[in-house]
Amino acid sequence: MSPKTLYDKIWDAHVAHEADDGTCLLYIDRHLVHEVTSPQAFEGLRIAGRKVRAPEKTIAVPDHNVPTTPDRVNGIENPESRIQVEALDKNAKDFGIHYYPVHDVRQGIVHIVGPEQGWTLPGMTVVCGDSHTATHGAFGALAHGIGTSEVEHVLATQTLIQKKSKNMKVEITGKLQPGVTAKDITLAVIGETGTAGGTGYVIEYCGEAIRDLSMEGRMTVCNMAIEGGARAGLIAPDETTYEYVKGRPHAPKGAQWEAALNWWKTLYTDEDAHFDKVITLRGEDIAPVVTWGTSPEDVLPITATVPNPEDFEGGKVEAARRSIEYMGLEAGQKLSDVEIDTVFIGSCTNGRIEDLRAAAEILKGKKIKDGLRAMIVPGSGLVRAQAEEEGLADIFKEAGFEWRLAGCSMCLAMNPDQLAPGERCAATSNRNFEGRQGRGGRTHLLSPAMAAAAAITGRLTDVRELM
Amino acid sequence: MEKFEKVQGVAAPMPLINIDTDMIIPKVHLKTIKRSGLGVVLFDEMRYHDDGQENEDFVLNQPAYRETEILVAGDNFGCGSSREHAPWAIKDFGIKVVISTSFADIFYNNCFKNGILPIVVEEEHHALLMDDAHKGQNARMTVHLEDQQITTSDGVVIEFEVDPHRKHCLLNGLDDIGLTMEKDHHIDKFEDHAGQARPWV
Repeated sequence: MSPKTLYDKIWDAHVAHEADDGTCLLYIDRHLVHEVTSPQAFEGLRIAGRKVRAPEKTIAVPDHNVPTTPDRVNGIENPESRIQVEALDKNAKDFGIHYYPVHDVRQGIVHIVGPEQGWTLPGMTVVCGDSHTATHGAFGALAHGIGTSEVEHVLATQTLIQKKSKNMKVEITGKLQPGVTAKDITLAVIGETGTAGGTGYVIEYCGEAIRDLSMEGRMTVCNMAIEGGARAGLIAPDETTYEYVKGRPHAPKGAQWEAALNWWKTLYTDEDAHFDKVITLRGEDIAPVVTWGTSPEDVLPITATVPNPEDFEGGKVEAARRSIEYMGLEAGQKLSDVEIDTVFIGSCTNGRIEDLRAAAEILKGKKIKDGLRAMIVPGSGLVRAQAEEEGLADIFKEAGFEWRLAGCSMCLAMNPDQLAPGERCAATSNRNFEGRQGRGGRTHLLSPAMAAAAAITGRLTDVRELM
Repeated sequence: MEKFEKVQGVAAPMPLINIDTDMIIPKVHLKTIKRSGLGVVLFDEMRYHDDGQENEDFVLNQPAYRETEILVAGDNFGCGSSREHAPWAIKDFGIKVVISTSFADIFYNNCFKNGILPIVVEEEHHALLMDDAHKGQNARMTVHLEDQQITTSDGVVIEFEVDPHRKHCLLNGLDDIGLTMEKDHHIDKFEDHAGQARPWV
């Protein structure tokens, strides 16, 4: 048998039907659902008189719209947001799918809740009407975002019509330097490949620096695979994975656990398997990075200066000019001189316990810069509870951060957490697009530790100076 | 779904690269629970000033392009979110064809589900089509799906690739779910088999 990649193996295990032209029906093991991209899909089912084929494999949680301020117990003020959340409440009930409503302590960002509850397991296919579904690839699950028509397709048939992507390997060799995190890895990779560099591929991340990451760090890396254009990102499961999964509410138990483990241990890329594209970065060469522009590929080490648009080629010259103008920066300006108004720590990229620990380590005993707005939004109610138990919440509150309830919050600003025009934010989220965090808002992407450092000094800061 | 027929008309040029889904439709417009009516907010932040007035400089606000059915866009069009509101807004505006050198994966899939034809062309052809689009009012381009050809206003013919299954569905206005449900027995069989091999799933 010819050698296979990890992606090949998971794909082959899920093909329910293959047509002559290579179009496949790919069986979906887990379907995650949230309130923004699902109402039209459920409406479609109702109109056609269809049922959800596998409600036991379908999990819903509201996250995009929900307010994260403590007063949300009184209900959602914005009528449109409320209608979307109420529609999800009703759809979950009518169609009999698993549901974590707003007031449940397990509620949170769908990509944090899935792994936390043990829904996401190695070797699975996982989809959700959200591009950051790539997060679940950290478990060695084939996970990607889909549109609402496909949400409806999966609800009705538990399959997707798919053609296989190509294989790409991203290897990070060696060890990371102090102050460098999973977020820096994933941004550095996008800086290298560009936002379209992964288009048509499924990426497998490997190498010593990836192996050394915790599950939280691996989720951060895979989360942004989509920002590099890839369909999905994958990391082969290992002891770190099994240890994270074991004992979670929906993880297999007893004899089933042993059987699962036996299969999971076969989920790795065979020696000599073919990759269509290979990128290698040295872990030692990765610095703490920040974005300067309005595309996640606009990445530079914090020690660098804002680039000159003329230094680029082709369409990027105009795009860079537009970005720099939008961001209110000047070519040649030192990134570490850029003053910020706001700090946002949270999102499906960096809203897990380890991210909060990293921020707390920098913030311990310190205060945020006067006049700065700073908020921490835990990725789930359980992350929040754990951070309170570990004393992290006290560190944040004493430093001057707002300590919020779980949700997507200012990552995409669908709830009341938004930037004002011109407001500049150091954010641990995943997109720095124009208007992403609020119309006219300016976003610099960075790691939780870097965001904490920026909160203390009031400007983009090399976290290594505060370590 | 409506059948996709030949599209003929003025094409609008948007040479900017990496036009993302937040540009196509900002999240403030994602709060709907319907698919229709989003055309008016397509490219919202570029198309309107803060006070809600139209930005005259924006291509779709210029007289030649107000009713365009074809968009010629820069590289990596549709990157970012999986929001199908992006193609819904494009379709609702009346655009049926988007031409670029590359598209983001999820957006590309979403187009076909909504009767929009995304066409990938080589850089050299892209430049030619972008020039043609810049000519405005009297330069009518034709996109012929059956023949997989784009004809410029000067009569230059450019061939393009499209997946045969997707082409078939577009031409006949077929609904994916209905087609898949005809393969129900394959899904049943898979579930039986997978249920034994991986009972913990």
